[in-house]
Amino acid sequence: MDARTEEERFNAIIDDDEKIEPRDWMPEAYRKTVIRQMAQHAHSEVIGMQPEANWIARAPTLLRKAILIAKVQDEAGHGLYLYSATETLGVSRGELQELLHTGKQKYSSIFNYPTLSWADIGAIGWLVDGAAIVNQIVLQGTSYGPYARAMVKICKEESFHARQGYSIMMTLADGSDSQKAMCQDAIDRWWWPSLMMFGPHDSESAHTAESMSWKIKRKTNDELRQMFVDQTVPQARYLGMTIPDPDLEFDEESGHWKIGEIDWEEFWSTIRGDGRLNRERIAHKVKAWEDGAWVREAATAYAVKHGMKLDKSA
Amino acid sequence: MSYDVPVAPGDTPAEVQFGGGVDHGFPLWEVFVRAKRGLSHTHVGSIHASDAETAIQNARDGYTRRAEGVSVWVVPSKEIVASDDAESMFEPFEHKPYRHPTFYDIPKEVGQL
Amino acid sequence: MSTVTTRNPLAAYIVRHADDNMVIGQRLAQYISRAPELEEELAVANIALDHIGVADHLFTYAAKVEGGGRTGDDLAMLRTEREYTNLLLVEQEHDGFGELIARQFFFDAYQALLWEALADSTDDTLSGVAQRAAKEATYHLRHSSAWVIRLGDGTHESHRRIQRATDRLWRFTAEMFEADDLDRQMAADGIGVDPSTLRDAWESTVDSVLEEATLTRPEDSFQTSGGRTGVHTELLGPMLAEMQWLQRSYPGLSW
Repeated sequence: MDARTEEERFNAIIDDDEKIEPRDWMPEAYRKTVIRQMAQHAHSEVIGMQPEANWIARAPTLLRKAILIAKVQDEAGHGLYLYSATETLGVSRGELQELLHTGKQKYSSIFNYPTLSWADIGAIGWLVDGAAIVNQIVLQGTSYGPYARAMVKICKEESFHARQGYSIMMTLADGSDSQKAMCQDAIDRWWWPSLMMFGPHDSESAHTAESMSWKIKRKTNDELRQMFVDQTVPQARYLGMTIPDPDLEFDEESGHWKIGEIDWEEFWSTIRGDGRLNRERIAHKVKAWEDGAWVREAATAYAVKHGMKLDKSA
Repeated sequence: MSYDVPVAPGDTPAEVQFGGGVDHGFPLWEVFVRAKRGLSHTHVGSIHASDAETAIQNARDGYTRRAEGVSVWVVPSKEIVASDDAESMFEPFEHKPYRHPTFYDIPKEVGQL
Repeated sequence: MSTVTTRNPLAAYIVRHADDNMVIGQRLAQYISRAPELEEELAVANIALDHIGVADHLFTYAAKVEGGGRTGDDLAMLRTEREYTNLLLVEQEHDGFGELIARQFFFDAYQALLWEALADSTDDTLSGVAQRAAKEATYHLRHSSAWVIRLGDGTHESHRRIQRATDRLWRFTAEMFEADDLDRQMAADGIGVDPSTLRDAWESTVDSVLEEATLTRPEDSFQTSGGRTGVHTELLGPMLAEMQWLQRSYPGLSW
């Protein structure tokens, strides 16, 4: 009979690159970290609907409108998958939502920037989703099973997001002077925030070492950021657009593009809640939730009346 | 990276206790999708809904947007009965190689068996 | 200014149905990120996508029938409110989920019947769009009926709200069944359907759902119309201004 302790068994699963599943024993810190990361990922998807929904009504063609609706809908769906994965650890979506609404849990800083032109919809798809995909592809190998499975599903769906964004940018880059200017302006505003999405340098990143050893994270912030830069710079050149970084240069020796320094002050102030639209994003979300209270109460009351109500306590 | 939102220097993260909060949302349902005729329904995730009828609708809207399914099941999550996944539960089956056809060496001449 | 979209009767007939779907699709899309639950975001977006898809198909077909060099997007994005021929019901704003559902329910019950009838159109393209749209409308009706019933038979507050929403929108329902010369001509040619023939079935659907929802069928005898001739309420103009803004601000470009 195998007399391994629960902890030894947990460590063996991680070492063997197998997945931790919901009912497995896990260290409390692992559980907390996975919950926090999945929840913040879910919040990011849901808050991320807002900047793009801002352009649904004004999308220039019916096809672009349909694509944008489908994309924003996917973000709701991805939020759903991720909350669902989080709930496998015995945390309810209602609880997590409350933490978002009260600012106790955060979402990706990128969604605090405003969408000011149609080109921003292209830039978000190409740069923001592009950055997200780089991260999420790696997260398919994360050690928590439900999170990894959600990532597989999300990656499958999200590849169209980056492509539709780049397709918008190609059309604009190929268009009139006003469209070209719109395209460049969007890149100028979204480039640096997209790089910030990868988080602080590894040397400044408090969670990285532990998350790496538990294989929750599989690559560091700087590694992922470099992957994104290397794939994106040639794409910007193909568009004939300029990346707003005078220090950007190709390093022959390493084969990588080297970027200038990120404005970390802007990054941290956005994380702290002082980005352009932090307050508006949360207010919008809270209002939708509160406006919907009577609807949810009605559905529950109906279920009770008709004997369809489930007892939620397991 | 982005989804592991870091704590700003000088800030203390809110201490959060999970699992004890009150949930004002709808009950949770597990969703199973049959990808096409001839295949079993497979677990894909969960949704919230106030009753079975809306649970089916929500499962359809949430999990078959790309025509991933021709049929869905929903089951109240609390009705799932799960094994405890202890090592004593499934490992004993790993030591019965004679249950597998490859255990037996049969001469080629014998033909299909 | 011409108030007719096109002199070709078939194109005009297709455009009116495209307009209905365009406008209600746009209204639904405005609601995205404001739903009462995450699951409902997905549902509303699916319904919006169905309507916009139908509008896109029909506009493209109408442009081809018209043969004047306009595209489907031109028909959507470059006509004024006087040239839009949608029903007044679909342009009505919603103050929240209750009105959104009431509007959708009245329209879904109508469209489920309309597409079923148009599926037999002698016009192959129209019949093809209708066959697909009939399935979509059946699902839309299932969704909106389920909500009318839950809101009506839910709490005192939800009952009050959905009753008020049905009362408010009731005056736009008779217009769906008003037949004009174009409807009659298209019906006679086997291409279209005379909407007045759909009324009884619509009423029976609506009555049974309202009854299950414990709602009172609105009594308001005042009914208003004019959408089919481009005489709208004041709500369509601002919606089109927003929807068409980019195409109007930067004319003649590709997007």
